[in-house]
Amino acid sequence: MTLETTACLSAYMVLAYLGGAFAALLPLRSGLTRALTAGGAIAGAGAGIALAARVLIAGEPFALTVPALLTVGGGVALRLDGLGAFFLLLIGVVAAPAALYGVGYSAAYAGRYSLRWLGAMLNLFLLTMSLVVLADNVLTFLLTWEAMSLASYFLVMTEHERPDTVAAGGWYLAMTHVGLALILVAFVLLSPAGGGGGFADLRAAAATLSPALRGVVFVLAVLGFGSKAGLVPLHVWLPRAHPAAPSHVSALMSGVMVKLGVYGILRVALDLLGVGPAWWGALLIGLGAASALVGVLYALTEDDLKRLLAYSSVENVGLVFIGVGAGLLFASLGEPAAATLALAAALYHALNHGVFKALLFLGAGAVAHATGSRDMNRLGGLIGRLPWTAACFLVGALAIGGLPPFNGFVSEWLLFQSLLPAIGSGAPLVAPVMTLAVGALALTAGLAAAAFVKAFGITFLALPRSDEARAAHEAPVTMRVAMVVLAALCALLGLGAAFVLPVLGGLLAGHAGLPRVAPALTAGPLLLPPGGGASMSPSLLAIGLLLALAGAWLAVRVGAARGLRVGDTWGCGRIGQTARMEYTSTAYAEPLRRVFAELYRPTEDLTIDVHPESRYFVQSRTYRSEIVPWFERYVYAPLVRWVAAGAAHTRAIQSGSAHAYLAYLVVALLALLAISLAWSASL
Amino acid sequence: MTGWAIEIAQAALVLALAPGLVGVVRWLKARLQSRRGAPPWQPYYELRKLFGKDVIVSSNASWLFRLAPYVVFASTAAAACLVPSLAVTRPLDAVGDLLVLVYLLLLGTVFLSLAGLDPGSAFGGMGSSREMTVAALAEPTVALAIFALALSAGSTNLGQIVGRTLADPAAALSPGHLLAFAALFVVMLAETGRLPVDNPATHLELTMIHEAMVLEYSGRYLALIEWAAALKLLVFFALLGNLFVPWGVAAVAAPAPLALALGSLLLKLAVIAVVVAVLETRVAKLRLFRVPELLSVSFVLALLAVTSSFLGR
Amino acid sequence: MLFSKIFRTGLVTEPLAGDDAAISVARELSARARRLLGRAVAIREVDAGSCNGCELEISGLTGPVYDSERFGIHFVASPRHADLLLVTGPVTRNMEVPLRKTWEATPEPKLVVAVGDCARTCGVFRGGYGVVGSVDRVVPVDVFVDGCPPEPAEILRGILTAVERGGRR
Repeated sequence: MTLETTACLSAYMVLAYLGGAFAALLPLRSGLTRALTAGGAIAGAGAGIALAARVLIAGEPFALTVPALLTVGGGVALRLDGLGAFFLLLIGVVAAPAALYGVGYSAAYAGRYSLRWLGAMLNLFLLTMSLVVLADNVLTFLLTWEAMSLASYFLVMTEHERPDTVAAGGWYLAMTHVGLALILVAFVLLSPAGGGGGFADLRAAAATLSPALRGVVFVLAVLGFGSKAGLVPLHVWLPRAHPAAPSHVSALMSGVMVKLGVYGILRVALDLLGVGPAWWGALLIGLGAASALVGVLYALTEDDLKRLLAYSSVENVGLVFIGVGAGLLFASLGEPAAATLALAAALYHALNHGVFKALLFLGAGAVAHATGSRDMNRLGGLIGRLPWTAACFLVGALAIGGLPPFNGFVSEWLLFQSLLPAIGSGAPLVAPVMTLAVGALALTAGLAAAAFVKAFGITFLALPRSDEARAAHEAPVTMRVAMVVLAALCALLGLGAAFVLPVLGGLLAGHAGLPRVAPALTAGPLLLPPGGGASMSPSLLAIGLLLALAGAWLAVRVGAARGLRVGDTWGCGRIGQTARMEYTSTAYAEPLRRVFAELYRPTEDLTIDVHPESRYFVQSRTYRSEIVPWFERYVYAPLVRWVAAGAAHTRAIQSGSAHAYLAYLVVALLALLAISLAWSASL
Repeated sequence: MTGWAIEIAQAALVLALAPGLVGVVRWLKARLQSRRGAPPWQPYYELRKLFGKDVIVSSNASWLFRLAPYVVFASTAAAACLVPSLAVTRPLDAVGDLLVLVYLLLLGTVFLSLAGLDPGSAFGGMGSSREMTVAALAEPTVALAIFALALSAGSTNLGQIVGRTLADPAAALSPGHLLAFAALFVVMLAETGRLPVDNPATHLELTMIHEAMVLEYSGRYLALIEWAAALKLLVFFALLGNLFVPWGVAAVAAPAPLALALGSLLLKLAVIAVVVAVLETRVAKLRLFRVPELLSVSFVLALLAVTSSFLGR
Repeated sequence: MLFSKIFRTGLVTEPLAGDDAAISVARELSARARRLLGRAVAIREVDAGSCNGCELEISGLTGPVYDSERFGIHFVASPRHADLLLVTGPVTRNMEVPLRKTWEATPEPKLVVAVGDCARTCGVFRGGYGVVGSVDRVVPVDVFVDGCPPEPAEILRGILTAVERGGRR
C-alpha cells in the first residue's frame, strides 16, 4: 500500500509538471498561460513535498525502475532515500511560492518575450531538478542533470534583448558543461568495469578502488558539482546568470539549483564512496571558507541588488560546504556523533538558505518590477510605497544576517557548535584548519550582517533617490502572497528547529562513517549538540524577546510622556533636505572597501573639466571607481584569451578547400584502422 | 522555583544597575580631570527626564524608526539576562550560551544601524556604516575568544565556563585565559563605543560612530537607547568579570552565597570601571581607519588564545 | 607622568560665586519644565552670529574650575537631545532660519537662555545690515544673561535660574 501511494505521488508529480509545460505552450491569452504555468508547477511541487514528507517520516526509501524507457545503461532507475527526499522537499517548498510569484511578475513580459516558452521551461526545470534527486543510476543522473542545465539556460535567456543577459547565458552554458564533463569523468571512473551503472553497483565497487583513484574521483566530483554550487573558483557564472534571469527563476536557481551541487557531492562522497581520508574534509572546508569570504566581500561592495544577492549565495554555499567538510572530516577521524551534527547543520543551512534567498530574490524582483531598476543608488524610500515587500525583505535580511531568532541564526549556531569539538581533537593539522574556519565563519557572519543592513537600508529607507523610486507602487497580490509565505517559513524554520533537527539526524543515520541510529540532537525545545554542554532554544529565545519587547512597550506606555510631533530631519539647521544628502550604497561600503583594499584593488578615475578661460574655475568633476573581481581578472581572462588564441590557430584547418577536407577524411580513417588493429592485437 | 526567582532578581538587578555603572565611569573620569563632576547616580535623573520629554519624529522616518529603540532595548535586556551575574546554575542557562549572547547584541546593533539610515540624514548614514564596519570586524575576535574559553570548559555554555574556572583556579591564569581576556577587553571597547575607538561624549559628528545614529532620537526613544547602551556596557563588564575571575559567583541558591555574589559583582564592576576610566583619560581617540588595525591586533590575541588553550589541555 | 600631574593638581572646582545682577527672567517658566528639568539639563549651544567671546566663556563652563556637570548640566550634540538652548550673538540674517529650525527641532518642554549683550540688544552690531535683531525676535527667550561677555559664573547662574535651581529673581 505504501509503495503504491509513493509511486502514485511520484507519478502525479511528473504528470503535473509535464502538464504544466504542455499547457503553457498552448496558444492562449497571457493571463491564462501564466496561471496554467503556475498551476502545473504548484501542483507538481505539492506532490513533490508530499512524496518527500512520506519518505522522510516513514523512513524507508522508495524505488522504481523503468528499464523499458531507455535500453542503454540500465534504463531509467529512480530511488528516493532520506537524502534525496530532503532535497526534493527543498525543491517543492521553494518552487510553489516562486511559481505563484511568477504569475504576477511575468505579466511584464507579455508581448515582448515569449510567456509560453518561459512557462514550459519553468515546469521542465522543476521536473528535471526533481528527477536529479530521484536518479539511481549514472545514466538517469547525467541525463536529468544536463536537461536541468539546459532548461535553466533557456530560463536565464528569457530577457534575451538585453546584451548582458546574452553574455551571462554564454558564461553559464560554458561553465555548466565544464562541470558536466568533470562529473561524467568522475562517474566513469567510479563505474565498475562491465557492471551496471546503478548507484548500488557503484557503492559496492567503490570499496575496491585504490585510494588514489578514490581521491581523484572525489576531486573531480568536488570540481564538477562545485561549479554548479558556486564554489570558488568556479563561481564566476553565478553573479552574471542569477541577476539576468527573471526573479522567480533567480530564486529557484540560487535557492535550489546550487543546492543540487551540494546534493551531488553528498551523494558521491557520503553515499557512494564511503568514508575517506581526512584531506577530503579539509579540502571542502578550505574551499568553503574561501567561497564564504570571497562571496561576502564582493557582496558588500555591490550596488546592483540582485548581484549582491548572487554573491551572497556564493557565501552561503561556502558555509554549507564548511559544514559538509567538517562532517566528512569527523567521519574519517572516527567521531560519528560530531559528523552527524556537522552534516545536519550543513543540510539545515542549505534548507534555510533556499528559503530566505528565494524570499530576498522575490523581494528584489518586486522592487525591480516597481521601479525598473536594480541599482541601489537609484532606489530608496520604498518602505512606505511597498510596505509588504519591505516587511518581507526585512525578515529575509534578518534571517540571512544570522540574527536570532530566525532560521539563519539557528543553522549558523549549529555550524559553530559542530566545529568546536574539532579544535579539541588530537589529529594533527585539524586544530589550525578548524580555528581558521571558525574565524572565517565569524567574519563572514559579521560582514553578511553589514551587507544586508546596506541592502535593506539603502533600498527601502530614507528618501527616494530617483523619480522611478518615487513613483513606485506595491507588487500585485500573487507576488505579495508568495513573499509572505516564504517569510513565514523563515520564522517557522527558526522557531521549529527542535522539530527539524531530529529529522535531519534521522535521514543521515546509516551512511558511511555515521552512527546507525541518529544521536539525540534535541531535548524538548532545546537544541543539544552532542558531546558538550551547550544548548539553545530558538523558540524560547523568541518568546523571551517578545516578552521583553512587550514589557518595554507597556512600561513606556504607562510611565512615559506621550507627546509626539512630526518634524524635519535634523541637519544642523540647513534649509531643505534632498535625497542627495543621504548615504549611498557605495558610500556605505566604503570603510570596509578601504579595510580590504588589498583584495579589492579598486581603480579610481577622476576627470576634472575646467572652464576654458581659467583653470581655477571647475565646471564639472567625474569620478569613477571600479572593482574588478579578482577571479575574472587574474584567472578567467587569461584562460579565455588562451583558449581564443588556440582556437584562432586551429581555425587554419578550415581552409574551405574540398581537397583538404577529403585528405583529412582519408588520414582519419587510416589512423582509426591502425588504432583498432593495434588494440585488438593487444587484447 | 528558586531558580526562576534568582533569574528575575538578576534581571532586575542588571536593569537597575546599568545606568549607575555609566555614571560611575563618568564620575571617575571627572575626578581624573580634576573636577567634581556629577554624582554617580546622575544617569538615573537623565533617564527620568528623558522619559518625561516629548518625542519628535522625522517626517521621512518610517515605522522602523519607532520600533528600533524597543528592539534594541529588548535584545540587550535579553542578552543581559543570559549573563551569569549572580549564580552559576540557572534555568535560562540552557536557553542561550555565549554565542547566543553575542548574536543578540548584534541584533540590537543591526536595528540601530537601520534606524540611523531611516531619517535620511548624512550623519545617520555615516554612523550606521561605521558601526557595522566595527561590528563586523570585531566578530572573528569574539568568536575565537569564545572558543578559547570553550576549549578549556568543554562547551560554550556560560554556566559551564564559570564552573570550570571555579573548579580549577589555576586555569584562570593560563595563557589561553589571559590572552582571551585581553582580546575581549579590546572588543568591549569597540562594541560599547569607548575610547580609543569612539568618544561617547563627542560633539563632532564626523568623529562619531554610535552617537551619530542616535542624533535623531528624542524623549522616551532616546531613553530606551541610552539605557540599552548602558546595559551593553554592564553585560561586557560582567562577562569580563564573571567569566575570567568567577570567584564570588554563587554555586548554590542560598542567601549567603547570593549576597556574596552581589558584593563580588559590584567589586568587579568597580575595578573594571576604574581601569576603563583611567584608560579613557590616558589615550586619545584613534582615527577611524586605524580601528581595523586595533581590531586585528585583538584578533591575533584571540588566535593565540585558542592556540595556547589547545596546547595547554 | 600624566597621572602624577593629575594627582598633584587635585580638585580645582570652585563653589559657584557671584550674584544674580546680570540675570533677568523674561517669561514665566512653564510648570512642566520646572518639574522635569531640575536635576538633569541637556544644553545645545547655538552661535547665532556672535564674535565668539561668549563662546569662549561658555567653553570654560565644562572645565574643571566652573564644572557645570556637577549641577547636572551637560552639553549635547543634537537639539533633539536638548532641553535648553543656549543662544549667543545678534541674530544674523543667515542664522535666523537655522536658529528657528534648531528651536523647532527641540522637543517640549524646552527653555531658551540668551547669553551676552548682543543676544538682548545686538550690542555693538545694533543697526547693522546683516543683523535681524535680538534673539527673542526669532525664538521665545526665558532668561537673559547680560555682559560682554558675561563671566562663566554668571552664565551658569542664568542656566540654573532657568531651571529653578539657583533661585529666581
